[in-house]
This record gives sequence, structure tokens and C-alpha cells, in this order.
Amino acid sequence: MSGTKKETGFTFTIDGVEITAYAGETIMEAADEAGVYIPRLCDHEGLRHQGSCRVCTVKAGGRSVAACTQPAAPGQAVENESPHLTKMRRDLVEMLFHEGNHLCPICEASGNCELQAMAYRLDMTETTRFPYLEPCRALDASHPDIALDTNRCISCGRCIRASEDVDGKGVFGYVGRGIHRRVAVNGENLADTDAQVTDHAISSEVCPVGCIIRKRVGFVTPIGEREFDKGLIGHEIEARRK
Amino acid sequence: MDNGQECTSGLSSTACDVGAVPAEEIAAICQTFGNDKHRMLDILRAVQDRYHCISPSTMDSVAAETGLTRIQVEGVASFYSFLSLTPKGRVTIRLCDDIVDRYAGLAEVVAVFEEVLGIRMGETSADRAFSLEYTPCIGMCDQAPAAMINDVVLTRLTVDTARAAAEALKAGRTPDHLISERYAELTPHERATRMVDNNIRHAGEVLLGPVPEDAGLDKAAAMMPSLIIAAIEESGLRGCGGAGFTTGHKWRFAAAERAEKRFILCNADEGEPGTFKDRVLLTERPHLLIEGMTIAARAVGANEGILYLRGEYVYLRELLEQVLEDRRRRGLLGKGIHGIRNFDFDVRLQLGAGAYICGEEGALISSCEGLPGEPKTRPPFPVNRGYLGHPTVVNNVETFCHAARILDRGATWFHAMGTEGSHGTKLFSICGDCLNPGIYELPYGHTVREILEMAGGQDAAAVQVGGPSGTMIARDSFHRKLTFDDLATGGAIIVFNGERNILEIVEYYMSFFVHESCGYCTPCRVGNVFLQKAIGKFRKGLANPEDIDYLKELSGTIIETSRCGLGMTSPNPILSTLQNFPLVYSAVTKPNKDRIRDTFDIQSAIDGARKIAKRRSYIFDRDFTQ
Amino acid sequence: MSDLPKARIATASLAGCFGCHMAILDIDERLIDLMQLVDVDRSPLTDKKRFTTRCDIGIIEGGCCNEENVHVLHDFRRNCDVLIALGQCAIMGGLPAMRNAIMHSDAPLRECLEEAYITGKYIRNTTHNVPNDPALPLLLDEVYPCSEVVEIDYQIPGCAPGGDIIFDTLSKLLTGKFRGFEREMIKFD
Repeated sequence: MSGTKKETGFTFTIDGVEITAYAGETIMEAADEAGVYIPRLCDHEGLRHQGSCRVCTVKAGGRSVAACTQPAAPGQAVENESPHLTKMRRDLVEMLFHEGNHLCPICEASGNCELQAMAYRLDMTETTRFPYLEPCRALDASHPDIALDTNRCISCGRCIRASEDVDGKGVFGYVGRGIHRRVAVNGENLADTDAQVTDHAISSEVCPVGCIIRKRVGFVTPIGEREFDKGLIGHEIEARRK
Repeated sequence: MDNGQECTSGLSSTACDVGAVPAEEIAAICQTFGNDKHRMLDILRAVQDRYHCISPSTMDSVAAETGLTRIQVEGVASFYSFLSLTPKGRVTIRLCDDIVDRYAGLAEVVAVFEEVLGIRMGETSADRAFSLEYTPCIGMCDQAPAAMINDVVLTRLTVDTARAAAEALKAGRTPDHLISERYAELTPHERATRMVDNNIRHAGEVLLGPVPEDAGLDKAAAMMPSLIIAAIEESGLRGCGGAGFTTGHKWRFAAAERAEKRFILCNADEGEPGTFKDRVLLTERPHLLIEGMTIAARAVGANEGILYLRGEYVYLRELLEQVLEDRRRRGLLGKGIHGIRNFDFDVRLQLGAGAYICGEEGALISSCEGLPGEPKTRPPFPVNRGYLGHPTVVNNVETFCHAARILDRGATWFHAMGTEGSHGTKLFSICGDCLNPGIYELPYGHTVREILEMAGGQDAAAVQVGGPSGTMIARDSFHRKLTFDDLATGGAIIVFNGERNILEIVEYYMSFFVHESCGYCTPCRVGNVFLQKAIGKFRKGLANPEDIDYLKELSGTIIETSRCGLGMTSPNPILSTLQNFPLVYSAVTKPNKDRIRDTFDIQSAIDGARKIAKRRSYIFDRDFTQ
Repeated sequence: MSDLPKARIATASLAGCFGCHMAILDIDERLIDLMQLVDVDRSPLTDKKRFTTRCDIGIIEGGCCNEENVHVLHDFRRNCDVLIALGQCAIMGGLPAMRNAIMHSDAPLRECLEEAYITGKYIRNTTHNVPNDPALPLLLDEVYPCSEVVEIDYQIPGCAPGGDIIFDTLSKLLTGKFRGFEREMIKFD
């Protein structure tokens, strides 16, 4: 595999930095390898690309595309960290905040939450102009080991893909349309499904926010030692850059 | 309408289980469709038609029969407007609430139905006899207000005709009987034209004039497939659904792809409000359409085709089934068409179920595959990997009809009509404030003013070209031409006179997009709700001058980051009116006084507490006892 | 430095827990530096109930859950050149705003009050009445972030914001050097 990779390698640029990519790679895959971080929420290592949150929107050849699904093209100039793109990404993150009920002060994911961390990285600190939708959403605590607080769900679908593709189960799925589209479970409630706390879909890395909760293990990491207390989201990828 | 604020339990408390359907009956329905998960939409439509509800136990049964999980079935069942997880009446009355219908007296018609049936819009009667609903444009804007009564369409409703219909239904008459006492004896074509007028106001040379039967197919059958594609390319034909991609290129790409199977899909899902041209072609030129699909199949090497008919046009189903059957009988579909070995092609009809987004080609393919109508990630493009992963040509009804005519009369003949870059004729569906709403087949290149004169719409103050996802222009732009390069349109031209409230129209169109967004991507799902709410502020006179910039910026984000054409065009009603009718916005804005927001209304905010406490506010209310 | 006229600051706590005011004290010894730059006018810290003069900066903790909050916020907007929303409650409603998302019935406020004072499982209220003293301000239908009631110029995030971000932001604003936050300082909790 690595032998053929070398033959088909080509280069393109992100914000002027030359990146090597291989045939079939997406812009984001190539960027990750090169240590250039492109913000993303619905995309997650080891899962199918979905291209739904749109936070990874970049400009490639003058067109706006989702870096997680767009194949890299030889010689292409990709724009990633321009003020214009940052502003749009901030709008998208803010939309997700306003679509659900995100109360960081009482959320056990705070400090480990990718949505929150993305807001920090994108400087979401100015007075909002978006309305809060304040939907009335359910808490599903039926399962003995797992709870779902769908107030915090951002419809990234990472749990859906992890359950289907990694666990081979299909515990989660999308239902509804438009603003009413949401992640639901394969049954009356979570206890009615074959979900187990050991599923990859339930693991802390899959849910980017505090929607999927493992019971009896809340608030385990003290403030100051949580994932994004240590650095901005993406710093681990950026550390790969030589 | 939809603002995401309604209570969604997240669990299944809303679902119905009134008289659970025996699993064997559901199994029998699934069996009809070969227990094929790709026929999920057909299966669920059949369940809905028979039991008027898709209950959790039904979804379990369907999942078991088709090898899916229940949540996958629920994903489809909850996506389409015409499918319902809660019990609906045996007769569902769907009143078209397009802006044109509203201006044609919808409110009075609604009032009559509510009064006679004793239920409000959105409700189902206790005996489960009737449900009353609103539905977006059903493609009858030239004869509004219109309604679907189960599979039957009523048009030009008035207070009197609505009352007669509602009372007849209440008295137990079937929807068919509203159309004719002798409904059973009518041919499918007679039934369709009894329900809906064609309103052909101007027949052009290509589609609506005299058309010889299968002349294009006769010629194509004798041609090398590559020459068929060459002819389509030379003709300059571009897709007539709105996007305007060069048809010949599409065919060429699909033909060039190495594949076992290829598919021809016809997009008869015209859902853009104000568009009803395909309705007329499907009624009057169905053979020409199938002929065009067959030619495309010959050109790209496809053996199977799907005609995706929007759920709103279900009244045309039997007409189209009859046409397909007729062609099969005459050897024009099936194995060895025209006696040519390996020229095998057949078409199945796929009915939609109330989802505008399925007009987007990726979403249309998803829907045909039995999935929720969500657009697909591009690349790969449908011509490379489309329906079930096979190279797929998706073209509009009108495009296929044109293709058949081009093969008959030649590329040069077609190319000579219209203007440079926009060749041939186009069907325009004109409605709204004009004397002669209907279908006009004209060569590309006419000005808006010319078209308004033809349609008797000289009083127009605003014209929406291309439906809500198009452009709204003012009088100073009526000299502009209807071509791909100037004012592009899939056909819709909606005329508004000076009495109409532009902001009301814009607000309606935004609510339409909120209702029709599939919800897959963030900007379209959430951003459109914000735009709708912002327009609501303008309508109430609560907007600041800065809100105009807010509209523009938010629109920009939605357009630039959305995943498909819906989100890339949904802010157009706002942006095009901001550009062409700026005063409509600036006239209703006012700056905050003392930097205190007018949008916050203290009186309404404390009203509930005042009633509970049974006293006035000692801060904000005057003391009338003094 | 001491020749410059001092800026005047006012603060108020609306629907919040007073934690953000406590956080102001987390500036610790730097308070002394800050006091070189400012005089505190109307504020719970000085116990002044009214503005004695127009202020340069007003700092608001908490969102608006009742009519008095709105009244105070209006007063601050009219009497301050720059208004800062301090902490998540002022910025987005915070914990009090949790009631917004659960109040979708026909009479949400009544239901909320009845559950809080009468029907709630763990309530011991021998009067069986919802408190209704004339001194109690009327509740609003929902809890509003400050920016929905008046224009807000700056927001300092956090629950409560740390002493560092408060000191840093205030001292930069007072010296005209504020250009946004250091990303590492931004916290919503």
C-alpha cells in the first residue's frame, strides 16, 4: 500500500503551505497528515466522512467545499484560515449552540467538549445576533449504564456511524426532516436497544458534546486537566507539523 | 411555522398504535415489493394509504421483512410529509398554501373546510374520517386555490365549491365522486383533465405543437449511440429543471463510465413553487417523455429507468402506468426495442411523498433507493456513481421531451431557436396576478415585459422568476431576458401586482425553505430558521437598520457553506428583494432609542405574571387608582 | 497616571448567583491597581443604589428573569457609555434560562410556579400559595440574555469568569487597548 502511495503522490497548498496528498485522499486527510488543522465537528478519525456540520468549509479553487469530503487535487490552492472562513465557521458553530440547549456551566462535557472548544478556537465571544431556538428535548435515562441528554446533541451523527460501522449494531439513526431532524435510538428508548456502555459509539471520544453520558463516571477530570484546558482544539494535529 | 420550538419528546410517545396492524398484512405489502429495502418508499406509501399511519409496530414489521433496523425505517417514514407516524383520517385534505393560493382566497376556503368538517387545520377528526392539512405548492398555481383530497385534485376552489366538496365528503361520498359521478368509466386522461386544466396558452414548435409519434426514437434506433450523444450536444440542449447543465455532456459522461449497469432517471418532481410545466407534459406528452428516456437509454447504454413522480402528482399515476404498459405492449419498452438485439429498456414509476428536496438529483436518487431524500456527497457525481452506485443520468421531464424532438428534427433545427447559449424553446409556467395564467412554450430570449404582455400581467410590480430559489425583479428590470445567462428559470414566473406585500411573500418563501430543508447540513437546517425569524422582525416593524446587514451576512454564510442547491439558493428571496426592493426593508426599520431594544416587549413579557399575581406592575404600569 | 481623571464604573447583579461579582474580587491584589484607574459608582460593592453621575462602564451580571432586572438594565444602558455583560447568565441567560426550554405548555409560567411552590414532590409549603408579596417583581415569560433587552458592547465569558480575564479585559478597555481576548483565556464554564 505504502509503495503504491508514493507513486501517486502529488502536492497542493493550504494557505500557501505545500501539502503532499495521495490519490483518493480528501483535503482534510492530507492536511491532518501534514499537521495543518482544519476545524471539524462531524468528522472523526476512524469514521466515514459525512460532511454535514460544514465547519471544515475551505476554499478550493475559489469554490467553498467541505474539506472532509472533497478530494485533494494536484496543484490546487486551498484557503483555510482566512478571516472570511473563520467568520463563517463561527456562524456555523454559533448556529449549533443556538439550535440546542447548551449550558456549559452545568455540562459534564465542559472542558472536553469539541463544540465548546471550537467556539474558543474561533473566538465566539461577541454579542450574538442569532436567536435561541430553545427546543424542548428529552432526557433518556432508561439504560442502566448510559444516559442521553439530547438537549446537547448537535446532530453530527458520529454515534450513528460508530454504532453501524464499528460496533456493527445500529443503535442510533436520524429521524425527521429540516430543523426537526435529530438523532434517535433504534427502539422506544435506549434501554430498548442493544447499546452497551462498552460500545465504541458510547465512548467519550465519539460524542463531541455532552449528549451521550456514561452513568456514574461524570466530572472525573478536574478543571485544569481536561482535554481543552491543555490547549486549543487541533493543537495535537498542529504539533505534527514539521 | 417550523421554528424548532415545538416539543419533540425524543421518544416515541407521539406514535400511534391504534388498532395495531397484523404483521402478516405488513409482510404481504413488503412482499409486493420483493422485500426490497430499496423500495422502502413504495412500501411505506402503501402502508400509509391502507392504514393511514405508520406505527412503531408496523415499522418493526417492515424492518424485519426488509432486513433493516427500525430506526432506518423510521428515518424514511419521518422524512416525507405524506407519511405519518400519527394516525391520519381515511380522507386527508391537503390545501395548497402557496402564496399564490393565499392571494386567490385560500383563507376563505380553509374556513369552509374547518366549519363543515368540524376540525381545525392540522387536526384529524375523532372518528378518524378526515385530516386537514396545509401542504406547499402542489403545482396548480394557474388554478389556485387548489387541494388534494387523498389522490384527487380539486382546483379553483371557491367558498361554494369548497362547501359542496366538504359536505359531499362528510356525507360519505368518495373523493373520486367529487370529480365525476361516472369516474369509474373515465379514461385516465379524462380523469386527469377533469381534475386539472392544462391551460396551454401558447404552443411552441418543439413540445406542445403537433408531435409525430416516436419519430425521434425511430431515428435514434438506427443511429450509433455515440452519434445520438453528439446530436444532443450539437443541439445546445441544457437541462430544463433549473440548473441548466449541458444535457449531451451528462449523457457522454455516463456513457464513458465503465460499468455493468447504467440508469436513466426522469426528474418529475417539480416542486419549485409556481412551477407546473411538467404537469402539462406528463398529461399531454407522456409518450414523448418515455421516448426521450428510451433514446437516452440507447445513447448511454442503460437498461433500466425510473420516472420519479412527485407525490403531489399522484393523480397522474394511472395515466403514466397506462402509457408504460401501452409501450411495453407495442415493443417500445422491454426487451429488444425496435427489434434491436440488446436494446432492452424498461421504466418503473417511483412516487415521491411530499419532499421538495427530492428535486435535487442526489436527493432524488436517495429517494429512489428507499432512503430519506437527502442529497449525496459530490463527488462522485451521479453520472459516475449514482443510483445504487451505477452511472446515472438524471434529467428533467422537459429535457427528455426536447431530446426526443431533437432526434426527430435534428440538432440544427433546435439550435437555431432561442439565443446564443440558450437554444430551443422553454415551457414557462406563468401564474399570479395576470389574466391568462398557464403554460407558454416560447423560444429563449423573450423579455419579461413581452411575457407579461402575453399573459396579461401588465400591472405587475414584481415578478418572481424561477420561483423562490430564483430572483424577484422590479419594473426597472422587466427588459431583462429569459435566458440562462440573464434570468434563468426552471419555468416559474410568478406575477405580483402593486397591492402585494413583498415582505409577506418573502416570509412565505422562507417558511417554505425551512419546511423543505432536509436538515442534513447545519447552515441550511438552522440558518434558514434564523432568516425566517429575522424577516418576521421586519414584518412586525421591530427591525433595526443593522438587521439589513445581518440578513446579508447570514445569507452569505448559508449560501457559501450549504451542501446542496437548496441552501445555496434559499436566501435568494431575501437577497434579491434587498437588491431590487431596498425601500421595502429600510422603510420599516428604526434605530434603537437610547440603545434599548424595541424588539423586547416588556408588556407581553410580564403579562402572564400579571395575571397570576392579579396585580399591576409597580414599575411598568401606571397606577390608575391615583 | 494619577493626574488622569478616573473612569467611573457601575455594576449590577440581575438574574445570576452573584458569583460573577465574587469573581471580580478574584482579581486579588491587582484590585489595588485597578482602583487607581476607576471609581466605583452604583454597585453592590459600594452599596450605592442609584447612579450619582453618568458612568463610563457598566458591568452587568445575570440575565433578565423579572421586571426589575429589565428596569435596572434599562437604567444602566441609559447611564453608561459602555455596557459589559459579565458571565454566561448575562451573555446567554445561563442557568436561569433552563426554564425557557421546559416551558412549552399553554400556561408555562403558572405551571413552573406551581411546581416550584405547590405541587413539587419535595415542597413543604404549608400556605399552599405561590408567594405574591407586592414587593416581589413580576416574572418575565422567559429569561432573556441582556443583549435581547439592550445593546451590549462587550461580553466577558465564563461561569464565573476568572479574575485574570476580568482584570485583563477591564484594564485594556480602560486604556483603550482591548483587541479581543487571548484564546487561551476564553472559557464558558
